[in-house]
Amino acid sequence: MDMTTPLVEMRDISIAFGGIKAVDAVSVDLKAGEVVGLLGHNGAGKSTLIKILSGAYQADSGEIRVGGELVSIGSPRDAKRHGIETIYQTLALADNVDAAANIFLGRELLTPWHTLDDSTMEAETRKVMGRLNPHFRRFKEPVKALSGGQRQSVAIARAIYFNARVLIMDEPTAALGPAETKQVAELILELKRQGIGIFLISHDLHDVFDLADRVSVMKNGRVVGTARTSDVTQDEVLGMIISGKCPTGAVPGPGALRD
Amino acid sequence: MTEAAPAPSKAGESGRSLSDQLREIEFDPRMIGMVAALAAIWLGFNWLSDGAFLSSRNLWNLLVQTSSIAVMACGMVLVIVTRNIDLSVGSMLGFVGMVVGLIQVRLLPELWGFEHPLTWLVSLLAAIALGSAIGLFQGALIAWLAIPSFIVTLGGLLVWRGAAWWVTQGQTIAPMDSRFRPLGGGVEGAIGTTASWVIGLAICALICVAMVFARRRRVRFRFSLRPLWAEIVMAVLACGVVIATVMIANSYALPVGIARRVTEAKGLPWPPGGLFIGHGLAVPVLIALAVGVAITFLTTRLRFGRYVFAIGGNPEAAQLSGVNTRKVVMLVYGLMGALVGISACIATARLDAATNSAGALDELYVIAAAVIGGTSLAGGVGTIAGAMLGALVMQSLQSGMVLIGVDTPLQNIVVGFVLVVAVWLDGLYRKRLG
Repeated sequence: MDMTTPLVEMRDISIAFGGIKAVDAVSVDLKAGEVVGLLGHNGAGKSTLIKILSGAYQADSGEIRVGGELVSIGSPRDAKRHGIETIYQTLALADNVDAAANIFLGRELLTPWHTLDDSTMEAETRKVMGRLNPHFRRFKEPVKALSGGQRQSVAIARAIYFNARVLIMDEPTAALGPAETKQVAELILELKRQGIGIFLISHDLHDVFDLADRVSVMKNGRVVGTARTSDVTQDEVLGMIISGKCPTGAVPGPGALRD
Repeated sequence: MTEAAPAPSKAGESGRSLSDQLREIEFDPRMIGMVAALAAIWLGFNWLSDGAFLSSRNLWNLLVQTSSIAVMACGMVLVIVTRNIDLSVGSMLGFVGMVVGLIQVRLLPELWGFEHPLTWLVSLLAAIALGSAIGLFQGALIAWLAIPSFIVTLGGLLVWRGAAWWVTQGQTIAPMDSRFRPLGGGVEGAIGTTASWVIGLAICALICVAMVFARRRRVRFRFSLRPLWAEIVMAVLACGVVIATVMIANSYALPVGIARRVTEAKGLPWPPGGLFIGHGLAVPVLIALAVGVAITFLTTRLRFGRYVFAIGGNPEAAQLSGVNTRKVVMLVYGLMGALVGISACIATARLDAATNSAGALDELYVIAAAVIGGTSLAGGVGTIAGAMLGALVMQSLQSGMVLIGVDTPLQNIVVGFVLVVAVWLDGLYRKRLG
């Protein structure tokens, strides 16, 4: 699998907000059917990095390749066109409209008269939600009336419904209980089997370690190092997160602590 | 097909709140509350005025007086739903009205001569174009330069009122073109009894067809259905309101002199005992209804409306979903401006004069109508029908108080009081049922 072209390659990405380098010359990549964990403390630059990939921010410098081709991602719409879907930490749901309206937001299904095809959208929503959360029944209600797990299902449904090639999950289990967390883990493995590449962002090592094929650790906006999860221990990765020290099993990045 | 649940079991049903069930069958309990409040106001004033309030004459005028505010309230709902506000609509109405007056009284007569058959249309289109342009400009400042809408439109309130004076250095322009005046109602703006019946019955037919189609669609997708009796009651109620409105408008007689002139113009003899000729529906009321239907369609059936509500619910989410939120906000203000243009024509035609003070304080009535109609100032929530009912409630209070002889200062006190209480009650209601 290492021989194939990476699905996504972000190279030397930098972005600064008012003089502070939130992301500084970061390079990460992702292959088809691979789960890459992006780890680091709060404020390490993980969310900013993936927001560049999902089109919410534009990088000051660096390049993004999708399937080997150089692309420019200027808006969330561009990212979606390249098959990059994101589940945000905040879920990014419009609380006042129902599940179907959220799932199809920005990509509504239309009738031949260019009106909203609400019936088809609701029927499709029932299908995709039936897969993710079979007990879900509250299709007519604004999503603010839903539980944390149900809201999460809606956000996930929005990302997977449109045949994503790359899925970005920012703290996907932060709002969930143990049973729902397990459900999300199973979903990730299922999507991986389908050949979807997944960036899994978390500040919690245990969430990520079992699911990820590789991890990249960030600290102060820079990559400390990247490692296969089979080559390093959890303690070593913890050391990367906390002190920025790169173990022998990992490839050091520009942010690695130098002796 | 686990997702299809055409007939949820009774056990499942009892576990959900009443509002859930009502929402499931697409029925809004808030609307019933508003209609009840309106009924109470009408019956109360009718009692206090010894039956004058519910006379056909008063109701006809009430609807005509509501039109201008109701048209603008439709746009204000969208503005407020996107978490913005527009304080400039009254001043814009004044400015656009002055320009419309100038066009048809000074400009077009010089080009085409007085009473040209197209004068009214050019005036109306110019008003809509000018209103849209002003709205888009203010919207651009709000959306692209990120200046708070409160400030932009507060500036607009001063600027356009000043501009309205500037058009003619404060001079009032009158009279309007005779084909333009029907836009404001009055005897010329009544369409007559036969046409009213035709339009009324057509609306009833449309209501029934729309309900049948909606039901069929739900059957096709096996969604839960309203009970058939509820569907029929709804249809009967809706058609009943339409037919009652037509009957009331038709039973308001033209003044004898005008009735005689109309009869003789048709070459018929004027009978010695006189003749009863009804007004029929008024043009501005029909315009307001058409605008209400169009904007309701826009908000519920088109992508644009979906975006407007999504922005109100969570602007960041809408943007991350690929919605061009700035463009949508700018277009909302453009639409608000276009509706102000229409209202400016209604107001100018009704007064048969363009004055630079036209529309003063209208912004407050328009916002109040939207808010009484259930539009949340926090954004994301509101309906067009609610706002139009809200406009009717406001106007009913006002003309009711005029009818029973309440002094102007006290009228303002009552209206202000009612606004605050209505919003408080609505909040209580939302907490309990929402």
